[in-house]
Amino acid sequence: MSSKTTNVVIAGLGGQGVLKASDILADVIFHAGLDVKKSEVHGMSQRGGSVCSDVRFGERVFSPMVPEGEADFLVVIAPDQVEVNRAALRQGGILIQPALIDEPSLSNKKSINVALLGVLSRHLPFSFEAWSAALQRNLPARLHEANLRAFDLGRS
Amino acid sequence: MYTGSYFKRRDFSVDSLRQQDGLSLLSGDEAVALAALDCGVQLGTGYPGTPSTEILERFADLGGIAQWAPNEKVALEVGIGVAFAGARALVTMKHVGLNVAADPLFTVANIRLDGALVIVSADDPGMASSQNEQDNRRYAQAAGVVMLEPSDSQEAYEFTVRAIEIAERWQVPVLLRMTTRVCHSKTIVRRGTVAIAPPRPAHFEHDFPSRVMIPAYARPAHLRLRKKLAEIAAWNEASGPNQIVAGPSSLGIITSGVAFQYVREAAPEASVLKVGMTYPLPIEVMRTFAESVDLCFVIEEGDPYLVEGARMAGIAVEAQAESFRFGELSVSRVRRILDGDQSPQPKRVPGKPPALCPGCPHRTAYTILKELDCIVAGDIGCYSLGVLPPFEAMDSLVCMGAAIGVGLGLRHSLPLDDAKRVVSVLGDSTFVHSGITGLVEMVYNPPASGHVLIILDNGTTAMTGMQEHPGTGRTLIHDKTGKVIFEDLARALGVPNVHVIDPAQQPEEFKRLIQASLEKSELSVVIARRDCLLAARSIREYESREEERCHEQQND
Repeated sequence: MSSKTTNVVIAGLGGQGVLKASDILADVIFHAGLDVKKSEVHGMSQRGGSVCSDVRFGERVFSPMVPEGEADFLVVIAPDQVEVNRAALRQGGILIQPALIDEPSLSNKKSINVALLGVLSRHLPFSFEAWSAALQRNLPARLHEANLRAFDLGRS
Repeated sequence: MYTGSYFKRRDFSVDSLRQQDGLSLLSGDEAVALAALDCGVQLGTGYPGTPSTEILERFADLGGIAQWAPNEKVALEVGIGVAFAGARALVTMKHVGLNVAADPLFTVANIRLDGALVIVSADDPGMASSQNEQDNRRYAQAAGVVMLEPSDSQEAYEFTVRAIEIAERWQVPVLLRMTTRVCHSKTIVRRGTVAIAPPRPAHFEHDFPSRVMIPAYARPAHLRLRKKLAEIAAWNEASGPNQIVAGPSSLGIITSGVAFQYVREAAPEASVLKVGMTYPLPIEVMRTFAESVDLCFVIEEGDPYLVEGARMAGIAVEAQAESFRFGELSVSRVRRILDGDQSPQPKRVPGKPPALCPGCPHRTAYTILKELDCIVAGDIGCYSLGVLPPFEAMDSLVCMGAAIGVGLGLRHSLPLDDAKRVVSVLGDSTFVHSGITGLVEMVYNPPASGHVLIILDNGTTAMTGMQEHPGTGRTLIHDKTGKVIFEDLARALGVPNVHVIDPAQQPEEFKRLIQASLEKSELSVVIARRDCLLAARSIREYESREEERCHEQQND
């Protein structure tokens, strides 16, 4: 890894698993031994409103929030939240959105958040095993299989 | 005696911190909880409030003893008692909670404590989930209470330990000021980095002049406080938790809390002084630092607190423009401060605002209040969303419990026809927090037109994430305990008309009841009771576990 900080913003609506997705991502990074910070605002936004969570990693991270217009990756779980969050993305940054997933192939529609992590994972230097371990650490056992399949769908 | 819980909400233990080489990825709230555990805190108490709520929940998950108090004042008083017994107490609240707890705070500052009393004030610059943007560093100064300000989770851990050390060394309470981004951001924490002596066994000795604040004892107590603060200030100058990052440039920046992170990123070449103990301030450290650089800026989130302190002491520093006092800081805002850029910031595309959940029982209540053209003195909780479209049916929100007093004031003043349209609306947890004294006022000074109080009882503290309260009859870890029954309380206080109704199940009856209550020139309390949709499943689970437990006991 270069000394540059990598910035990921995950966005969507309350109840879509934005925070769960950022927990899994931060956990993968943490176990890879990198410095990582994750930030979001809890509270009112959980009543169905817009939610976004920032994950930053590298050798040394300062601000827990991604500075405006500096996201390398913007993962948006709700299609109508793309425009709301587009300003987070840097020029040349990568937008990851549900249109990239063949949704009918998902055994559980709720695992779209994890499927989009699968797409993100293609761009990040962590092994499938590392992701799989993080998924298992962060989700109850009964959801492992569906989410591993969703992740695989996004990653392949 | 604490007998342990029957079951825990989540099956957490210290092992679940996912340690990797002695490191964990924790939020600031979780780091405070872990430090409290490592310091042998006897009791954690507080009232839920974003962004502080998770501290006590996590402390309980880790095996600590944690309780929700009816409000922050009671929580602080319980904490004072713990410290009088020589034990260690952690009291948590959001910034506005400290207003409620201000009465005990200002006096306990003068009192000699045997144990440790650490009070977390979780401030919310930018008001992600609050009704104001107050900066509680002002409280430390006003009350004469030592304040530490962590800038990430590692410091949240270490400063909690140091707060306990300072509290016990000088026998004073200590405020730990967190902010939303410190509370809720996850950063890497190394555990056990600061050593602390184990807590002493709880004990009690009479010490009337130190603890009984009659004027004759309070006068010397104030002198003792100022003497202690002078000693603590000297200690802070010499070895306080302040940090200097020496940089190659001639620019120096004095900062505190999470703003330190933004400063380091926005100006990596600058020299930085991070003030960790922000009351009493390390003035000479600040002076020496400012004199060591060509240009010294103060960059801080919230009020101009550090900058005023520096300037009062005759230290030449540059201040950020007034416009940066509002809202949170960020890397880009710090860049703008340093560039002297005061041009309007680009507006963000507005996101989807929060709304009452589909099927939420509060929806029925607000629909009907709007139909009846009521003047609604409202309050703080999920139901505050009743002010937004499509309801637009809440006319005021001031502070916890204000619905009742404000409604009464309106009734006392408005012409009769309008007075009879006034209702007070508040939630169950808010009623327990600060509504009970309002209800006493309603009985004691009833308006000529009568009054109608509606308690929206959804069986949980929904807004902050489904915490228990005295009206649910379950403790923080959801064990059965004493229950305050609102209808019994209202009747006992002498309210002539007390009704319990499910507004979602019986919307027509609810409407007729409110209409009839408004027409009477009498006092009415209507308890609109239906479990929060998001909490209903958990509530059923807690109840059925409790039943199982009763059966087991009967079979034993």
